[in-house]
Amino acid sequence: MGKMSGAEAILECLKLEGVEIIFGLPGGVLLPLYDAIYDSDIRHILVRHEQAAAHAADGYARATGRVGVCIATSGPGATNLVTGIATAYMDSVPLVAMTGQVPTNLIGKDAFQEADITGITMPVTKHSYLVRDAKEIPRVFREAFYIARTGRPGPVLIDLPRDVTVNELDFKYPEIDLPGYSPNLKVHGLQIKRAAQALMEAERPVIYVGGGVKYSDGHRELVTLAEKIKAPVTTTLMGIGCFPEDHPLSLGMLGMHGTKYANYAVQESDLILAVGARFDDRVTGKIASFAPQAKIIHVDVDPAEIGKNVRVDIPVVGDAKSALAELAKVVEDKPWSPWNDKVAGWKSDHPLGYARDGDSIKPQAVLETICELCPDAVIVTEVGQNQMWAAQFFTHKDPKHFISSGGLGTMGYGFPAAIGAKLGCPDKEVFDIAGDGSFQMNIQELATAVVNEVPVKVIILNNGVLGMVRQWQDLFYEKRFSSTTLHRVPDFVKVAEAYGALGLRATKPSEIEPVLKEAIDSEVVTVVDIIISPDEKVSPMVPAGASLSEILELERAEGSGQFQKSYAGSAASEILELEG
Amino acid sequence: MKHTIALIVENKPGVLVRIAALFSRRGFNIDSLTVGATDKPDRARMTISVDGDEVVLEQVTKQLNKLINVIRVSELDPAESVERELAIIKVAAKKEDRSEIMQIVSVFRAKIIDVSPRSMIVEVTGSEDKVEAMVRLLRQFGIKEMARTGKVSMVRGSRIVGP
Repeated sequence: MGKMSGAEAILECLKLEGVEIIFGLPGGVLLPLYDAIYDSDIRHILVRHEQAAAHAADGYARATGRVGVCIATSGPGATNLVTGIATAYMDSVPLVAMTGQVPTNLIGKDAFQEADITGITMPVTKHSYLVRDAKEIPRVFREAFYIARTGRPGPVLIDLPRDVTVNELDFKYPEIDLPGYSPNLKVHGLQIKRAAQALMEAERPVIYVGGGVKYSDGHRELVTLAEKIKAPVTTTLMGIGCFPEDHPLSLGMLGMHGTKYANYAVQESDLILAVGARFDDRVTGKIASFAPQAKIIHVDVDPAEIGKNVRVDIPVVGDAKSALAELAKVVEDKPWSPWNDKVAGWKSDHPLGYARDGDSIKPQAVLETICELCPDAVIVTEVGQNQMWAAQFFTHKDPKHFISSGGLGTMGYGFPAAIGAKLGCPDKEVFDIAGDGSFQMNIQELATAVVNEVPVKVIILNNGVLGMVRQWQDLFYEKRFSSTTLHRVPDFVKVAEAYGALGLRATKPSEIEPVLKEAIDSEVVTVVDIIISPDEKVSPMVPAGASLSEILELERAEGSGQFQKSYAGSAASEILELEG
Repeated sequence: MKHTIALIVENKPGVLVRIAALFSRRGFNIDSLTVGATDKPDRARMTISVDGDEVVLEQVTKQLNKLINVIRVSELDPAESVERELAIIKVAAKKEDRSEIMQIVSVFRAKIIDVSPRSMIVEVTGSEDKVEAMVRLLRQFGIKEMARTGKVSMVRGSRIVGP
């Protein structure tokens, strides 16, 4: 292709990788690259803070299944990306993050805006590169995109010293040659046979599904398998949407704020088929008493996940989609069983619910209304109570329609991620389900959304507090609300208007539906300020460190004044009595 | 329990940092780590001695395998491997102690590689146990300084952990 500058080569690589959009903010050492971007067909979205660039690229990646790309300048620009990179790493999101770096001859000299970003991000990237010669650019970019999207996806960082973007090179896009990297996608036939046999022999099976099924696009295979063997299916927060929640075999989410019936089913099961999930502490509760009677089959593309947190009886290394397809092929149809009846009984006895009385708006009702009005919406969340209510009270059916920071739990993730998701799926309605605390962490991105005409709908469940932490203070710290009160500042409607967005507000239950309808009909960026009570809680709940069997209904337990006691005692029998 | 792992890695800047960072982040204990060239200029070989049970060893191996720059990870069974460590020890050597030190050196088939009026430098090569034993015996004279390489290890016979 002849000679070109490093900057031009970078854009050529992005083009060859099919990149259509990048999120970033320029700076001194990036001047040559941004000068090349000026002439490029690739759309650049200028954010107001680099953290938002990483989250937006992440939201774009999760909504589209493609690699998200973000860019920031050296030093503070690069360090501002770190939270976004760590978020993507914990949730296995394919991301390529480019950072500017001081010229190679100044590296290590503590130059202006120098930061060792490859060193800083080493524990939160799948891999990283410091490019020392313009000639390396094509190889590095090719490898970076390949590594980011294959196997267990993850973020890859490319650090680009200024001189590398200026120097010339002969462009040739090389073949991948990575002797130390071979993602193991093909499942082992014998292990599938063993797993299938265990599934056929099991009397009380549960399928436990994580984000791996989402990333491998294996949700159809999952439904086929579950229906064939009549196995109830529960998902993690990351797996939400992989199994339609209106399906009779669906148990919804499990874990700390999962459904009671999902947790009961796991605890009673004799076989857990875990697919693309990693037995996180928020899922398992007290690990020693997790699914005490169950054999465990663990399917994961990352061999290091197998046996990391729990003992595994049948390990299956490989891609979730192909493992599910292979399993569905070899198992035989099973009839509806007494186990299915038992699970159905739990489902009807312990549905997710909330007290519908009172004058204040119930956040759960807001989610239910959004679901009625817009069942096909993409739901992006912030982190905390808003996130759990969004997981619980919207009926999720599509794996790419629920986007949330699960592993790292990053407040401030939702809004920029929603912008990225909306740019990836312009035809879909995209909501950011927010709290007033989280939204303020990246509120400046209203400018990005307004200027670029990205009409996301921000639904602030405004309780004036850092609700999830406050909930724990309420339950376990004698209502000593240390530093969790936000005093309902600012006025979000005025803030929205100041940025040129539409600001709406609801203060009474009767206003929910009209306000949400107005938001959905709006063709511009819209912020809906919904006033809710600071005392509203996420329920049910497994106290930290307790077993899943000890899941509590908070409203009820609190009302009876026995919650503290039962938590301290932690005896399952006591709690069951409490639920009476 | 101690395990020995041989790694073939890409001979590039930053690879050692990635490996060290992985051990520290995941809370694994390194007893010793050696790095050296292989027959191929773009590959290096590391020998890492790790303390931990089977579960720890499995996690260490799997996590190391995930590093892009790590090409091969092999656990070396001590019963089927030869292992060597080299130590140089500066030991206080008063006139009346010299002959005894030289006797010990001779028994261990070690070498004296430097002599000065008050001290000698002893070079010893062998298994970790042998080096340990030598160090113990020299301690009575006063060890002034010691440098040990950490062990390198290789499987006996035809099995190859090659670059």
